[in-house]
Amino acid sequence: MKFAFYPGCVSRGGCPELYSAANLVCDKLGIELEEMPGASCTGAGVLQEKNRLLGDILNARTFAMAEKIGSPIMTICSTCQGVMAQARHRMNADADYLEEINSHLADEDLHFSGDIEIKHLLWVLIEDYGLEKLLPLVTKPLKGMRLSPFYGCYIVRPTEALQTDDNPERKVALETLIEALGATLVDFEGKTRCCGFPILTINPKNSMAMVAKHTAEVKDLGSDAMVTPCPLCHLNLDGFQPKAASQAGRSIDMPIIHLPQMIGMALGIAPKDLGMKRHIVSTQKLELKLQEA
Amino acid sequence: MNVTIKVKRFDADAEKPESYWEEFTTEVADNATVLDALIQVREDQDGTLSLRCSCRSAICGSCAMRINGQGGLACKTPAVDAVIDGTITVEPAGNMPVIKDLVTNFDGFWDKINQVTPYLQPQGPEPEAEYIASNESMLHLSGVTACIMCGSCVSDCTVLEVDPTFLGPAALAKAYRFTADPRDGDEDGVSLDRLKDLGQKSGMWDCTRCMACVTACPKGVDPMDRIMALREQAMDAGLTNNNGARHAEAFVELVGHSGSLDELKLPVKTVGIFNVPALLSYVPVGIRSLRRGKLPSLFHKKIEGVENVRRLVKKLEK
Repeated sequence: MKFAFYPGCVSRGGCPELYSAANLVCDKLGIELEEMPGASCTGAGVLQEKNRLLGDILNARTFAMAEKIGSPIMTICSTCQGVMAQARHRMNADADYLEEINSHLADEDLHFSGDIEIKHLLWVLIEDYGLEKLLPLVTKPLKGMRLSPFYGCYIVRPTEALQTDDNPERKVALETLIEALGATLVDFEGKTRCCGFPILTINPKNSMAMVAKHTAEVKDLGSDAMVTPCPLCHLNLDGFQPKAASQAGRSIDMPIIHLPQMIGMALGIAPKDLGMKRHIVSTQKLELKLQEA
Repeated sequence: MNVTIKVKRFDADAEKPESYWEEFTTEVADNATVLDALIQVREDQDGTLSLRCSCRSAICGSCAMRINGQGGLACKTPAVDAVIDGTITVEPAGNMPVIKDLVTNFDGFWDKINQVTPYLQPQGPEPEAEYIASNESMLHLSGVTACIMCGSCVSDCTVLEVDPTFLGPAALAKAYRFTADPRDGDEDGVSLDRLKDLGQKSGMWDCTRCMACVTACPKGVDPMDRIMALREQAMDAGLTNNNGARHAEAFVELVGHSGSLDELKLPVKTVGIFNVPALLSYVPVGIRSLRRGKLPSLFHKKIEGVENVRRLVKKLEK
């Protein structure tokens, strides 16, 4: 099983632990990843505010690179997943638009066919790898751990571009994995809401209010940690949680773990190797639960 | 089809107003909508169940509510599609005060629509005859004027959940209906004053781009896309002296330089290098990140073949 790997900027910037954890997990599972060192940022939806065509061309460039490798794209970022899926959706629906975009890629001798599979590791594990293959490799079931899902908007909406109606398992992929790995699911409504990261520098007060709302809600439900497939959510929910807690006037102390860290723990990879020491909110109590499991 | 309808109930006039869940089991036709099912419960089982409805054809916008946690019209949602393990869960629309059961108070909704002065304001010289608008521009606007003011988008807006002062998706989409109208604003159709107003706090730049409104809208208005179009109009009109516009412009500039996102430079460029208080507010998180080995490298790496990205950005620069 091979993928053209698109890790995204944040997993190599502010969340380096995600990049290494994802590579360790895929290595252990035998998922072969070929990176595209020439691929650019997706634009994260922000670049698109200024210039959507440019954003679509940059993403088509990445798609064309993956087509050269001959494998579907795998990402580890909900935002990249969504932005790429939306770009693909626009090109897929309009042949003239696709042709226009390809005319800009010709200088680099690249060409995008118009359709390519783009899958987050979260979907790959459920749809391609399969739980039946994953679960026998679990050496450390996450028994006794109480975990809450937090998706990140771009892997949930819009459903048409993400093809979630054709693949309903995507709507509950995190919950499915949490329970399959032996942990207790602590479900909550906020799991598909916004983490506040996109307005962090624009309206910090609202951004912090969102962080506090979600993390405090699962704290009060007795969760041990939140699991997210989105490094942007992680930056806000983990990195800015102390600030959010102080704005909310309460203690929260809710560890936020990346999806591959949860999988890695269940596969018996040491939390240290999964980069959990790098988090701002300590994962120590969670690691104790892992030892007890 | 036998279904259980789980309804969140509430009565603001009760002695102790508290919301609670109540379940009703009823037999509905295979082609029934969620609204049909609710009406049937009201007729057959509990006459006190309160809800709004009128046209039953997704035209009047009365029956917006949350169905299985998702904003939408009860009359447009087939019951068969909404059943999960034999149950349909129904709550009042979010982000509005509840009056009784599924009936919410729309006063705040209308206040915000009024805030965007929802009528044409031509500022250029008056034409001798009628104002001329191209067919193309009107066709484009028909996408926004399809709004039936049902409040589904407001119900699910993730910003309104934490900040009731936000203008919200319905009012901002309504504002776009005027900024994008060639008859509004100056003789070139640029609605500069509106765009200035809409760029203030609680306006267009406070949207998080979460797309909840796009999913909730039963009429394909895509409020968030209209908010993004407002941002583009504002930047095109030169209204760039704010964090939102600087954020978008810096993003293009940084990706256009190295091919990938420089996470350290983005916030600095967004708030402005001379905005010392804002920059200082990042110091604690910077120190925490540095101590954990999480701070992105000061020397941001360029992607392979970055000249190709630079060329594209330059070619398509606006």
